[in-house]
Amino acid sequence: MKWLAVDTSTLVLGVAILEDGRLLGEVTTHLHKNHSVRLMPTVARLMEDLELTPRDLDAVVVAGGPGSYTGVRIGYTTAKTIAWSLGIPLYSVSSLVVLAMNGFRFPGEIVPLFDARRDRVYTGLYGVNEGELVPILSERVIDIESWLKELVGRGPILFMGEDVIRFQERILSVLGDLAHFGVPAENVSRASSLGMLGHRRYQQGVPPEKEDAAPNYLQLAEAEAKWLQNQANGGEENGAATH
Amino acid sequence: MSKTAKSLVLGIETSCDETAAAVVEDGHILKSNIISSQMEIHRRFGGVVPEVASRRHVERVTSIIEQALGEAKVTKEELSAVAVTQGPGLVGALLIGISAAKAFSFATGVPLVGVHHIAGHIYASHLVEPLRFPLVALVASGGHTELIYMPEHNRFERLGRTRDDAAGEAFDKVARVLELPYPGGPHIDRLAKAGAPHLDLPRSWLGDSLDFSFSGLKSAVINLLHNSQQRGETIEKADLAASFQASVVEVLVEKAVRATRLKGVSELVLAGGVSANSALREALASRCREEGIILRVPPLELCTDNAAMIAAAGTYQFRDGQFAGLDLNATANLSLDR
Ligand SMILES: [Zn+2]
Repeated sequence: MKWLAVDTSTLVLGVAILEDGRLLGEVTTHLHKNHSVRLMPTVARLMEDLELTPRDLDAVVVAGGPGSYTGVRIGYTTAKTIAWSLGIPLYSVSSLVVLAMNGFRFPGEIVPLFDARRDRVYTGLYGVNEGELVPILSERVIDIESWLKELVGRGPILFMGEDVIRFQERILSVLGDLAHFGVPAENVSRASSLGMLGHRRYQQGVPPEKEDAAPNYLQLAEAEAKWLQNQANGGEENGAATH
Repeated sequence: MSKTAKSLVLGIETSCDETAAAVVEDGHILKSNIISSQMEIHRRFGGVVPEVASRRHVERVTSIIEQALGEAKVTKEELSAVAVTQGPGLVGALLIGISAAKAFSFATGVPLVGVHHIAGHIYASHLVEPLRFPLVALVASGGHTELIYMPEHNRFERLGRTRDDAAGEAFDKVARVLELPYPGGPHIDRLAKAGAPHLDLPRSWLGDSLDFSFSGLKSAVINLLHNSQQRGETIEKADLAASFQASVVEVLVEKAVRATRLKGVSELVLAGGVSANSALREALASRCREEGIILRVPPLELCTDNAAMIAAAGTYQFRDGQFAGLDLNATANLSLDR
């Protein structure tokens, strides 16, 4: 069973082809370049190098957020449309879980983290149990200070992701030498891990994504959040942005 | 590629708040035209919120494409090309259609064509009756106000454009000032019928230019209301709506006619959502009769954003061998001149 795995939810552009649990080929870049321009040519090139055609694919798995809204959507729309066009299933895996896989061998707990701006992060706490990565604290968007407070009193934690550097001093000041940090190779998500996670879900009988499914942004669009808040306050003023 | 071979083109359009897909045969026969409008979602915000629009497009896009193929009874394998709106529009929204079109093209091997949204609006008319060249098109909507010259299929020369607000945008903004619901265009049209256009509002001619400007007019409306309120007078909203609309219509009609004279053409195509405005339709029709110009106005459902117009325009690019690569990107301010 051949898998195409696609991740454009952060600066990383990751594409991998796997056969069951075995990696056939993978491309990973970590550049400030446009995912929209590079994603499809990268997929096409990798498949050509592997002498595969789209018809050879049996399933698609995408890193379905959280992350950059636009990046998440490019990957999700691309993966969903390839899957639909070929009549094969689409699976979606949390972008945080994909990153956390890089810390699988760490003898403690794992915190993958993406910057969500304004001092907030997309994050969660994971551990390894019976050879599976399992969530201990569910994924969320949270301000960094509150998150660090929640992590006080636990054992050693590995912080992962390219954005961690921006918060490193604050992490150290709260958690001291219980905080560990990934090396560059561990801080970049791998589409090969995504492909493996997709295949495992399939084996476990998890149903594929439905046709009108959407990525998991972990938060509402700003205008929607404001509108809901105004409704709750009984206010009449709307938080409209116009084009 | 023979120019006479039968073609079936799938169109995809997501440049603003409609998720749309359609199938068109031979550039002018409508096989299906599916539109999923987000109007109800954006109404509560008083305008289109780009992030909300993009999120909705992601959910809907594949099932809309599926419906378009299903209703047309066309299989993926029978398609000659997939045409997608490349710009102008909201970048985040455009990217969804483009990502879907590229993925579809890659998976099926169907060639990809990137279409200019304004070219699409003009080709809406071609779905009703064949375009006759040379022609001038007036495209007026919430996003654009443009005068385009077409000497033949797939050749475009921009004669004029708005320098600030689009005509439809001016309608929406003035409607908000008059406390009318969103979208404001139809409400102003209705209200104006009950009023008289006697209030003194400016016409922005910009000299001999065929460009437009509507932001000054919008400010004049606001000032007029404000000043009268300060003097404790009341202005009839219906009169204000009628006067505002008269100013927009006069400028649109005059410049469209000037454009036809400049190019020596007798075919004028009206396109875009603002062509739903009854005063514009009437004024343009009577002026064109006087001038001996043949006016073509597609039905309303083809004037607002749809994917059939994108498929139609894309067919002629496909016939000219204008294909896009898998690196096709969204361009918010794409130029049309070709
Ligand atoms: Zn339009």
